[in-house]
Amino acid sequence: MPSDTEPANTFVETPGTLDALRGQIASGRIRAVDLAAGYYDRIEKLNPRLNVYLSLTRERAFAQAERIDAMAARGDALPPLAGIPVGIKDVLVTKGAPSTAASKMLRDYRPPYDCTAVARLEAAGAVVLGKLNCDEFAMGSSNENSAYGPVRNPVDPERVPGGSSGGSAAAVAANMAVAALGTDTGGSIRQPASFCGVVGVLPTWGRVSRYGLIAFASSLDRIGPFASNVRDAAALLGVIAGHDPCDATSSTAPVEDYAAESDKPAAGLRIGVPAEYFGDGLDPEVGAAIEKGIEHLKAAGCAVRPVSLPNTRYAVPAYYLIATAEASANLARFDGVRYGYRSPRSATLADLYRHSRDEGFGAEVKRRILLGTYALSAGYYDAYYRKAQQVRRLLAEEFLRAFAEVDAIVTPTSPVPAFRIGEKAGDPLAMYLADIYTVTASLAGICGVNVPCGRTPAGLPVGMQVLASHFGESTAFRVARAVEAAQQ
Amino acid sequence: MSARVTIEDVERVAELANVELTPEEMPGMLRDLNAILDCVAELNELDTEGVAPLAQVSELSGVAAALRPDRAGSPLDRAAVMSQAPETDGVFFKVPKVIER
Repeated sequence: MPSDTEPANTFVETPGTLDALRGQIASGRIRAVDLAAGYYDRIEKLNPRLNVYLSLTRERAFAQAERIDAMAARGDALPPLAGIPVGIKDVLVTKGAPSTAASKMLRDYRPPYDCTAVARLEAAGAVVLGKLNCDEFAMGSSNENSAYGPVRNPVDPERVPGGSSGGSAAAVAANMAVAALGTDTGGSIRQPASFCGVVGVLPTWGRVSRYGLIAFASSLDRIGPFASNVRDAAALLGVIAGHDPCDATSSTAPVEDYAAESDKPAAGLRIGVPAEYFGDGLDPEVGAAIEKGIEHLKAAGCAVRPVSLPNTRYAVPAYYLIATAEASANLARFDGVRYGYRSPRSATLADLYRHSRDEGFGAEVKRRILLGTYALSAGYYDAYYRKAQQVRRLLAEEFLRAFAEVDAIVTPTSPVPAFRIGEKAGDPLAMYLADIYTVTASLAGICGVNVPCGRTPAGLPVGMQVLASHFGESTAFRVARAVEAAQQ
Repeated sequence: MSARVTIEDVERVAELANVELTPEEMPGMLRDLNAILDCVAELNELDTEGVAPLAQVSELSGVAAALRPDRAGSPLDRAAVMSQAPETDGVFFKVPKVIER
């Protein structure tokens, strides 16, 4: 329940749409610099309470906004995101500006290059307002693992916004940005989107270049957009997606006009509902809201049928072995030598490594590095890491079999709505188990969208997860639009 | 595979990972690791005989990534990179002595 002193939703505000804002800038009704200034005013008012932004990039933002205003004044055609204020999760590097990964390890780090996804947003005219708080190195499901304090859910500041992209979700929910970029490794876009009541996109692995993403688990990490509505989220994906020579794993699959595809009615699409996502552990109020959403899909002309994903329950253990193993390798680079935090108290090189990492990393990061190292160590590699990769194939194949029968699969995004700050922080395993509905898609590499799907009786947002097969984002957006339309 | 991880196991792994744990941090980490490993023990219920590990999901989607041509280009600006070094002589990263004479 909301606290006694703050009525619910005090901080919630819906941003304008991309089309509306861009249109107003193009016609001269508003100036991009005034729009940016207005957002900075709102950030100044709300950030002390919500802790959404870690740093602001005012110079960069206003320089971009001035460029856009000059184009508008000349009557030039404006790029698709002209003047749109966006926030960027702090695991994505922004040249010369803080990129801390919400860790002490990178507190003073100023990257010498830009993340490709950020550069593409800016090339499309977006105004980067600043860097968004998140769980440290993207490890967490509540944004309570940040070295710079938790983010608070704008719907109820005593509750978590979800994680790890809590700042990104909260920024859009509180209109502290029109849109945001986040990252999703095990659910870190979808789950905070569901907790905050906004749209979050999980692109297919390889759809968006990972160049400039501070890596957590390379075979799982994806960059994706947050927005206040499905069409805008689709448009944003279209801007950042596509092959990048700087990321050898980025796909050459053609980038569709996702926004236009999302306009197509969902009637006739086959929707799968897996019983495994509606069993024990699902909060009945969340279940009820999702069932309503499924009824809307039927009313929209979708053919809804059950599908079977029997290995779902093995996804969390498989995920936490693979993700932590890859993390232990990716975070080995933080050694105090070339960048990042260096402990002042080291007399030998060995001490330098250990002290810098001990002092630079938080508890959850250390826990995952240790678990991952254990899973990969001699004598355990076959039993843990290799076994998990075999289970991963079984999970992926199970999805592919289902997608031979249906076009999209819908589930709750999270078994519970936003919980209170501190409620799960003492029990890492409980936190991991709450990822059950999202890690499956992460392991399989498929795509999905979280779309707001009602609220609990207490007013907490519920999100529906719409999953589609590899590079099937257009289908996921079409279904999500139908769910969204029914909410108006 | 029901593991009972001991303090010695955790210390060994911490050494491998170059992560230092204080005595205060050790019991909590031990408890958490054991709880998590008990959870992952469930994977043994699945018969994975003959199943090939899946390390790269792009294998499934049939759409390849493209390698860029193997041509030398300009790396990151050296000055910008070295500006982030905790300690440098301008050319090298400086670290404490590795070998004691």
